[in-house]
Amino acid sequence: MINTQAVPAPETPSGRRLPGDLAIWFFILAEMLAFAVFFAAYAFARAKNVEMFNTYQHTLDRNLGALNTFLLITGSWFVVLAVQAAHKDNRPAIARNLLLGWLCGGGFLVVKVIEYAAKFGAGISMSTNTFYMFYISLTFFHFMHVILGMVILTILWVQARKGVYGSHDAHGLESGAAYWHMVDLLWIVLFPLVYVMR
Amino acid sequence: MQFKSQAVAKPYFIAAIGLFVGQILFGLILGLQYVLGDFLFPAIPFNVARMVHTNLLIVWLLFGFMGGAYYMIPEESETELFSPKLALAMFWIFLVAGALTIVGYLAVPYATLAELTGNNILETMGREFLEQPLPTKLGIVVVALAFLFNITLTVLKGKKTSISIVLLLGLWGLAVFFLFSFYNPVNVVLDKFFWWWTVHLWVEGVWELILGSFLAFVLIKTTGVDREVIEKWLYVIVTLTLITGIIGTGHHYFWIGTPEYWQWWGSIFSALEPIPFFAMTVFAFNMVNRRRREHPNKAAVLWALGTGVMAFLGAGVWGFLHTLAPVNYYTHGTQITAAHGHMAFYGAYAMVNLMMISYAMPILRGRAANSNKSQVLEMWSFWLMTVAIVFITLFLTAAGILQVWLQRVSDAPLPFMVAQDKIALFYWMREWAGVAFLIGLIVYIASFFVGGDEKEAA
Repeated sequence: MINTQAVPAPETPSGRRLPGDLAIWFFILAEMLAFAVFFAAYAFARAKNVEMFNTYQHTLDRNLGALNTFLLITGSWFVVLAVQAAHKDNRPAIARNLLLGWLCGGGFLVVKVIEYAAKFGAGISMSTNTFYMFYISLTFFHFMHVILGMVILTILWVQARKGVYGSHDAHGLESGAAYWHMVDLLWIVLFPLVYVMR
Repeated sequence: MQFKSQAVAKPYFIAAIGLFVGQILFGLILGLQYVLGDFLFPAIPFNVARMVHTNLLIVWLLFGFMGGAYYMIPEESETELFSPKLALAMFWIFLVAGALTIVGYLAVPYATLAELTGNNILETMGREFLEQPLPTKLGIVVVALAFLFNITLTVLKGKKTSISIVLLLGLWGLAVFFLFSFYNPVNVVLDKFFWWWTVHLWVEGVWELILGSFLAFVLIKTTGVDREVIEKWLYVIVTLTLITGIIGTGHHYFWIGTPEYWQWWGSIFSALEPIPFFAMTVFAFNMVNRRRREHPNKAAVLWALGTGVMAFLGAGVWGFLHTLAPVNYYTHGTQITAAHGHMAFYGAYAMVNLMMISYAMPILRGRAANSNKSQVLEMWSFWLMTVAIVFITLFLTAAGILQVWLQRVSDAPLPFMVAQDKIALFYWMREWAGVAFLIGLIVYIASFFVGGDEKEAA
């Protein structure tokens, strides 16, 4: 059921193959399930108190949220370029694009810290109310995932500089890239849900 | 066996089984005290019997883990154990300390025991599962450190496999989290908060790593499936365990005075805790179905499959039953918890130890597997004990549902003892299921003494 080695996965009947290792996909699915349950809990709690959620949602900085969305999507784009570069054996471009992706992640963290500083400075905590409890919990869990994603990108970058990846072997690179796209995807759900949707 | 020093596992396994018998006998005494309140009073009061029942469980599981590690690590590391003498010395220290502790529980009132053993120097006693007197707790630390020293150095001087790394992670975690048993703040909220760092992070955290590692080892040996495949599964299981189990601690923080957000965090993360157990079941069945050889030890394979299924049911499903805060509001501290506890401990930890013993003991006794006759008897004991625990769990669940209804949900709630009287029938049925369990355990022990056509050493 699980691939055993760093060889490309067997082609499916449609000729498509699963990029990366099946194990990372189990991991990604488990992570997404955890977030899905969290999102569902948010929806459940909001449904019971729509007005309160709407009131406090107004206090969030949607511009910073949008900037962060832009940063993560751009970061994912660079990582896609890195994987494509590997398939084309363009070695220098792999490391360069991974670094650019990493910098986008770093930018996300900086923006998020500015946002947190304003909120915590105003005395808001997880015990303030249910909306802020969800806002802080969800964004903080996601924040930690961005950090983990950046650790993975760092490892990929180091490996790429050693010339490990190329058209003969992009298995590890694809696995790490898949994780980074998940971090991005989660934010694309989280941002509208917590910051925008009324 | 491949390495002479693996033989130190044998006394650990024998002691584990001996203490297991003690645990079950005290379980039967306890079960009877539920319905005949003054049974054996004042010689063995309920609180003492309960303490002995749960402490023996923990100690025999620890003996099993240590024996399993001493057996497995030399084989995984492909080298002799760093110091078999140290392992044997620790065995006797641990056994004597454990026995003295139990004698202490039974011989003198608990308060006197506390006074005699210097609880006033550092107050650590009087908390559920961590009732051990200070000298015992210190003894556990010494034994654990010597054990870890021995195992770690063996791994360091030999081959480092994923399975032994995961085991080391689990065992070091076990030792580190035990240190919280020495931390007993006056504030009762903080006390409970950190108490769970030992209790929860053991059974729903680091012990699961030990379980996964033992299971992976026995599956490699009995199925012949590639190590790479098995290790990848192990990684997935470890990750899932840690993602769900660590913050899942929050399901104990609902009503003890911690901030309200724990109700969300605890519910969400612990709701996902069945997943790693489910993965273990799928793992075990998948590997056995893809086996490349027919191992002569069928009983060990049965235990491996059994531990997957029963851990999923007991820890996963029965845990999920009452893990969500709105449900737990009504069920906490009722027989629902007891039902979950019985099946989870048996399924996850008793069975994985029995699996390891089943696999290793014949080899330690100089054969690849026991005779057919002996294995048939062992499989009978598997089914007797497993079916008995299923019934114990079902009866306790029924008792728990009634208890919740009569005592907490109904319009005219009954006092605790009145509700207990009304559910006595289920306690009687649980006691009979317990007797069946004891019979299963006796059959299990008997299987060690049945000879016949033993399989040649591999």
